[in-house]
Amino acid sequence: MNAVASVDLQLTPTLSYLLRPADTALIHAQRLTEWCGHGPVLEEDIALSNMALDLLGQARALLAHAATVATVAGQAGQAGQACAGLDEDQLAFLRDEGQFLNFTLAELPLRKPGAHSSAPASGGDFADTVLRNFLLATWFKALWTRAVQSTDSELAGIAAKALKEARYHQQHAGDWVVRLGDGTAESARRMQAALQRAWPYTTELFAHDAVDEAAVASGLGPARRDLQADWQRDVDNTLAAAQLQAPAATPFISTGSTGLHSEHLGHVLAEMQFLQRRFPGGRW
Amino acid sequence: MSTEALADTAQARIDAAWQVLHGVLDPEVPVLSVCDLGIVRGVAVDGELLHVTLTPTYSGCPATEVIESSVRDALQAAGLGPVRIVQQRAPAWTSDWISAEAREKLRAYGIAPPCQVAVSAEQDSYQPLRFMPAPLACPRCGSRHTERLSAFGTTACKAVHRCLACREPFEHFKPI
Repeated sequence: MNAVASVDLQLTPTLSYLLRPADTALIHAQRLTEWCGHGPVLEEDIALSNMALDLLGQARALLAHAATVATVAGQAGQAGQACAGLDEDQLAFLRDEGQFLNFTLAELPLRKPGAHSSAPASGGDFADTVLRNFLLATWFKALWTRAVQSTDSELAGIAAKALKEARYHQQHAGDWVVRLGDGTAESARRMQAALQRAWPYTTELFAHDAVDEAAVASGLGPARRDLQADWQRDVDNTLAAAQLQAPAATPFISTGSTGLHSEHLGHVLAEMQFLQRRFPGGRW
Repeated sequence: MSTEALADTAQARIDAAWQVLHGVLDPEVPVLSVCDLGIVRGVAVDGELLHVTLTPTYSGCPATEVIESSVRDALQAAGLGPVRIVQQRAPAWTSDWISAEAREKLRAYGIAPPCQVAVSAEQDSYQPLRFMPAPLACPRCGSRHTERLSAFGTTACKAVHRCLACREPFEHFKPI
C-alpha cells in the first residue's frame, strides 16, 4: 500500500479567505449527503441531495481557485508535487483536519446516532438539518451578495453563480423552519431545541480576524462581521414567522475557521478521504 | 493564403461549428441542444485551435463533463478539431438565455418552461412563506389549476409539479 503524504499548505490570508467558504460548503455538503436514502419523505431526500450537489459544485470551484493561489509548506510536499500541480481534489482529499477552515457548525453531526444527546436515539433530529441548512444558506447568501464585487474576478464569478443557488436553498430551508416552528406543539418544541443547540455556533460566522482584515484591504471580499446585519434581518424575519425565540448570546466562539475543530471533523474526513488516501489518484 | 482568405476560412469553420453544436443535445433534457440552453457562450478560431466557451447551468451540475465531451466529440467528428473547451463561469448562466423556440420545445416535451427572471427588489429581499410560486400552466392541458409537489426534482435545474385538472405530474425548469 502506498502511503500518501498529506498536502500541507502555507496558509496565507488569501488562501484562508477562500478556504473558509470552500470548506464550509464541502463539509456541509458531506453532512447533507448522509441523508441520501434516509430522508423523512422522498421530496426532502431529493432536496437534501440536490442542495448538497450545489454546495459540492461551489466547493469544487472555490477549491480549484484556491489551488491556484496555494503554496505547499516547508519540505512536506513530495518531490514532484510542485504547487503548480495542486488541484481541488488534492485540497479536498489530502488535507489534514487542522487545515480545514470550515465553520464548526457545518461539521457537527446531523443524522447519525449520537448527534445530540437530546435527539431521538435512532439518529439526529430533522429539525437540526433544516435549521442548519437555513442558517448557513442565509450566511452564504449574505457572503455571495457582496463577493460579486470582489477584485478577484474568479471569486466574483463563483459568487454570482452561487448566489442564485443559495437563494433557493434559503427559501426552501426557511419554509421548513416556519412549517415546523409554527406547526404542532411537538414540531415547535423540537425546532426550538435545535435552535438552542445551533445558536452558540453562529457567533463564529461573524467573528473577525486578520484574514477578514486582509480581504477587506485587498478588495478580495467582505469581512464576516459585515455580513451580520443582512443575516440577522433574514433570520429574525423567519424566526418571527416560525414563532421561535432566538436564544441569548453566549460568550462561546467556535474555532473551525482557524483550523481548530470539534472531535467530529476527523470522522467526517476519515469517511470522505478514505478512497483517495487508500487508492491515490483513483478515478471513476 | 491571403489574410482575407484566412479570415474567410476561419469564419467558415466557426459557422460550421455552430451548425454542429445545434445538433449536440443536453443529456438530461434531450429535446434541447446546448445552443438552445444558452450554455455555448462563444466559438472562436485561434490558429489551429477551435475555442469553444461553455458555461455551467448549476455549480454542481453532474452533466457538465458529459456536455463538454459530447461537444468535443461532435466537433472532432465533423473534422473541425482540434478543439479547446473553456468553462466560463461569468456572467452566470440564467434560464433567460433559453430561446423562445426552446421554451416551446420544452413545453411540448412535457416540461413547463421557466418564466423570465427579473431580479427585482422583491426577489432580493427574502420573505419567509413566499416560496410557493404562482401556479404554472400545465404543459399538457394548459390548466393553471396546478400545484408544486417538490422544490427539487430529477436534476438540479428542475422542480416537480402536478396538474389538478388532468392529474398528470410534470417537471418545471426553474427560473434562475
